[in-house]
Amino acid sequence: MKKLMDKVGFYGVAGLYLVLFGFPFVITIVMSFKSQMEFLGGNFWGFPSTLFFGNFARVFASNFPRYFANSVFVTALSVTISILAGSLASYAIARLKLKYAPYLLLFFMVGMMIPVHTTLVPIYQLTKAFGLIDSHWGLILPFVNFSLPIAIYIMTSFFREISISIQESAIIDGASPFTIYWKIMLPLSTPAISTVAIYNFLTCWNEFIYSMTLLNTERKKTLPLGIREFFGSETVNIPAVLTAILIASLPIIIFYIFAQEKVVNGLSAGAIKG
Amino acid sequence: MEKKRSASVHLTALLFILPAFLVYTLYTASSIFRTFQFSLHDWSGFGPVANSANIGFANYVKLFADERFLHAIKNNFLLVVVSIVFQLSTGMILALIINSKNRGTKFFRTIYPMPLLLSTVATGILWLLMFNPYTGLFNGLLRIISPDVRLSWLGSEQVVLFAVMFVICWQYSPQYMILLRAGMTNISAEVYEAAVIDGANKWQQFWKITFPLLSGTLKTSAVLSIVGSLKYFDLIWIMTGGGPNGYSELMATYMYRKAFTEDQMGYASSVASSMIVISLVVIIIVQFMLKQKDNQ
Repeated sequence: MKKLMDKVGFYGVAGLYLVLFGFPFVITIVMSFKSQMEFLGGNFWGFPSTLFFGNFARVFASNFPRYFANSVFVTALSVTISILAGSLASYAIARLKLKYAPYLLLFFMVGMMIPVHTTLVPIYQLTKAFGLIDSHWGLILPFVNFSLPIAIYIMTSFFREISISIQESAIIDGASPFTIYWKIMLPLSTPAISTVAIYNFLTCWNEFIYSMTLLNTERKKTLPLGIREFFGSETVNIPAVLTAILIASLPIIIFYIFAQEKVVNGLSAGAIKG
Repeated sequence: MEKKRSASVHLTALLFILPAFLVYTLYTASSIFRTFQFSLHDWSGFGPVANSANIGFANYVKLFADERFLHAIKNNFLLVVVSIVFQLSTGMILALIINSKNRGTKFFRTIYPMPLLLSTVATGILWLLMFNPYTGLFNGLLRIISPDVRLSWLGSEQVVLFAVMFVICWQYSPQYMILLRAGMTNISAEVYEAAVIDGANKWQQFWKITFPLLSGTLKTSAVLSIVGSLKYFDLIWIMTGGGPNGYSELMATYMYRKAFTEDQMGYASSVASSMIVISLVVIIIVQFMLKQKDNQ
C-alpha cells in the first residue's frame, strides 16, 4: 500500500512538471495546423477543427528559409572554431606543464564571470572598425569568443583526467605535442567535446542581443531575429508565427534528443567534480 | 640543453594557446578596459571616442542618482534571489525525478529540457500570447471562474516583474536539472545500498547522502544562477522592453536602451562598468561565504 502511494506521488509530481514544461510545445504544434480564421473566430487554444497546412506554406514563402540558412552557417562555424581553438588551448593548459597555466585558466574563466552584455558597446565599435557590421563573420568572431571560456573550462578538466601514461609512452615513441593532441587527446575526449558542442550550439543558435546589434539587413538576419521580424509583420496571424517558431526549434530539439546522454557523461566525467 | 628544450616547449605551448588567446583578448579582455574608458566620456557613439569630452566620473555621479538605474539594480537583485530559490529547487526535484528508477523517466528526461532548447525570442512570444489580456490562455482559464476577467499581466506595474520572473525560472530550471543530474550519476550506488541496510528512508537518503555529495555541483549552479541573473536581458527586452514605466527594467535592458536607442554610449558604458563591478563583487562575496561554510 505504501509502495502504491509512493508511485502515485511520484507520477503526480512528475506529471505536473511534464505539463508545465511540455504544454507550450503541444500548443505550438496544435496551433501550427490551425487557420488564422479559426483563431480569430475565437478558438484560441483549442484543437483545430480541420488540419490546415497554409501556415507552413506561408512561412516557407517568407524570408524564413534564408534566416534558417544564415543560422546554420553562423552556428556551425562558431561551434567548430571554438572547439578547435578551445581544445588546443585546453591541451596546453592541462598537459604542457606551464608555470603560468593556472593564471591562464583564470584569465579565461573571467569570461564566465562577467556579464557578457557589458562588452556590447566595445564589441560593436570593434566590429565597426573591422568593417564587419552586417557580416556573418562579424558575428562568428564574438560567438567564438563567448564560447571559449566554457569550452576551455570543460575540456581542461576532462584532459586532466585522461591517464598521463598514454601521453608518456607516445612521447617515448617520438610523437610531437600536436600528434598527441590530435591523435590521442581529441579522440578520447568525445564526451567533453559533445557537451561543449551542444552547449555552444544552443547558445549560438538562439543568440539574440549581439545578432540584433551587429546585423542590419534582412538577408543577413539569423533565426531569432527572423522570428521577431515575422512576429512584427504577422502580429495578427498568430498560428503562422507559432509555425515559424516550431520550424526554427525543430533542429535543436532533434539534435538534443540524440545527444542528451552524451551531455550528462561529459559533465559528470569532468567539469562537475569539485 | 635544458634551456633549449624549455624554449621549444614554450614556443609549442604558445602556438597551442595563441588562437584562443587572440580572439579572447581582442573581444573580452580588451572590451572590459574599453568599457571603463568609454564610461569616462560624454560620448554619443557617433565619431571616435577620442573626439568627445573626457568628463571623469561625471557619468557615475549621474548614474547613482538615476532613479531608473537604482530601480533596475533592485530588480536585478530580486531576480537573483528568486532564481536561486526557485530554479535550484525545481532543478533538484526534476533531477531526482529523472534520476529515479521508476518507469517512464526516459520520457521525462526528454521533455523537461524543452524550455532550454527553445530560442528566447520564441519563448518570449509564446508567453506574450499566454499573458495576452484578451486572447491569452491565463485569462481564458480565469474566465471559467469569473467571465469578465481582463487582467493585464504585463501591463500592471505590480504584476509585470513577477510574471516575467516566472517565465525566466521556467526557462532556466532545466539547466540546473541537467547539472544536478550529472552530479548525481557520480554518486556510487553502494553508498545508497549501505544506507538502506542501515534502515535509512528515502528522505534521510536525500538529506544525508545526495544533498551533501552534491554540494560542489550546487555551488557551481548557484554561481551560474547569480551571474545569469545579474546580466539578464533577453526575455525582459522581448516581453516588456523594461516597461511599464521601468517596473521591469534590469541593468542590461537599461544599458541597451541608453547605448542603442538613446545614443548615449558613454553613459551606457558606465552602466556596463557598474554591472561588471557588481557581478565580480557579488561573486567574490559568495565564494568567500561558501569557503567559510566549508571550513566550519
